[in-house]
Amino acid sequence: MVLIKYNAGNIQSVSFALERLGVDFTISDDPETITKADKVIFPGVGEASTTMAYLRDRKLDEVITNLKQPVLGICLGMQLMCRHSEENNTPCLGIFDQPVKRFIPETDFKVPHMGWNSLTKVNDWIQPDLENKSVYYVHSYYVPVNNFTSAVTPYTVPFSAAMRKDNFYAVQFHPEKSAEAGQMILKNFLAI
Amino acid sequence: MLSKRIIPCLDIKDGRTVKGINFVNIRDAGDPVELASTYAQQGADELVFLDISATNEKRKTFASLVKEIARNINIPFTVGGGINSTADVAPLLEAGADKVSVNSAAVRNPALVDELAKAFGSQCIVAAIDARYVNEQWIVHTHGGKQPSDKELFSWAQECENRGAGEILFTSMDHDGTKNGFATSALASLHEQLTIPVIASGGAGTVKHFLDVFSIGKADAALAASIFHFGEIRIPELKKYLAQHTIPVRI
Repeated sequence: MVLIKYNAGNIQSVSFALERLGVDFTISDDPETITKADKVIFPGVGEASTTMAYLRDRKLDEVITNLKQPVLGICLGMQLMCRHSEENNTPCLGIFDQPVKRFIPETDFKVPHMGWNSLTKVNDWIQPDLENKSVYYVHSYYVPVNNFTSAVTPYTVPFSAAMRKDNFYAVQFHPEKSAEAGQMILKNFLAI
Repeated sequence: MLSKRIIPCLDIKDGRTVKGINFVNIRDAGDPVELASTYAQQGADELVFLDISATNEKRKTFASLVKEIARNINIPFTVGGGINSTADVAPLLEAGADKVSVNSAAVRNPALVDELAKAFGSQCIVAAIDARYVNEQWIVHTHGGKQPSDKELFSWAQECENRGAGEILFTSMDHDGTKNGFATSALASLHEQLTIPVIASGGAGTVKHFLDVFSIGKADAALAASIFHFGEIRIPELKKYLAQHTIPVRI
């Protein structure tokens, strides 16, 4: 298991969550180490354009796109796996041919979408017992519901809480901060 | 549906939880990590740790404590106290804190909010505002609520939002410690005016106060300290009560 090392804000938290699960893993930005790993986690907290620039500078964009083993993108990691983000008009990796949009705030829907919200319509790799379980979110951008969506969370609009395409798995919430529900999802991924 | 958040706040001095905590089934209430784990197990949605250490030397030990907290709890937490610059923030986030709160330093130097939001992202910058109602105006105070500033709550909160804060933590100095309820009308006005979430603080005494702060005050989250620390309100019972009154909570 390799946790991709880059300028993401939640690497420490994700590695602590993996430690709590007793997982053996390394943190690396070396293309060969990442490519040879049996599983890869692509974390992410930060801003889309600077993060994409960072990944391109180190050719990690190509490395990630070409991975064949199970890959889990978290939060910004999931957004960067999409085609394009409205956050500073950023072209992304294009693994999921989907746009990333900004929530439009309303009086009763603050932005960032921050706090615990429920998983609904769970399917595919998100297990049925996670239906209606709450997970922790903090984000201002979202991926609309699409053919790859594995769980939906309702907010100003329903959005993709989780997705999968082939070997690429992704969650918009923070499993590393989502108490028992988050641990279950990390375990699900690790058991694939 | 997005849940309303319940947030216990822990004051930390020289790496220890300040005295006065009276908790059943806890070996060492002075150990912030053990207390934090207990709250997480009870269903707290987030935690706030305020470092009230007097010296910079002691503050350095706070970062290593933050790392221990992050290692041991699986819910988000905010740290604050004495943050004056981006250099103060980086080690706390690297240690695993999810958010940092700024208070007096932002009042003194509002551009600090822009700098922090730009460097670390709005989502992790909490603008903490202490205010007191004086001559029909909510006057922002600094230094733990001791010194009045030239700022007024609503315009300052709006300015913090415009400068990139991701959340407002509003403490009413008039309500803090009274156990007579939160400043619900000021909170409702903040809710109307702002597009970022608001954490209510100051005045929690009963479960009804929490119901009011969410239903009347429209707060996104409610923070309290002593009533949780002294076991006067237990989080599982509080959440059960709120759920019975149709407030969305995570159970």
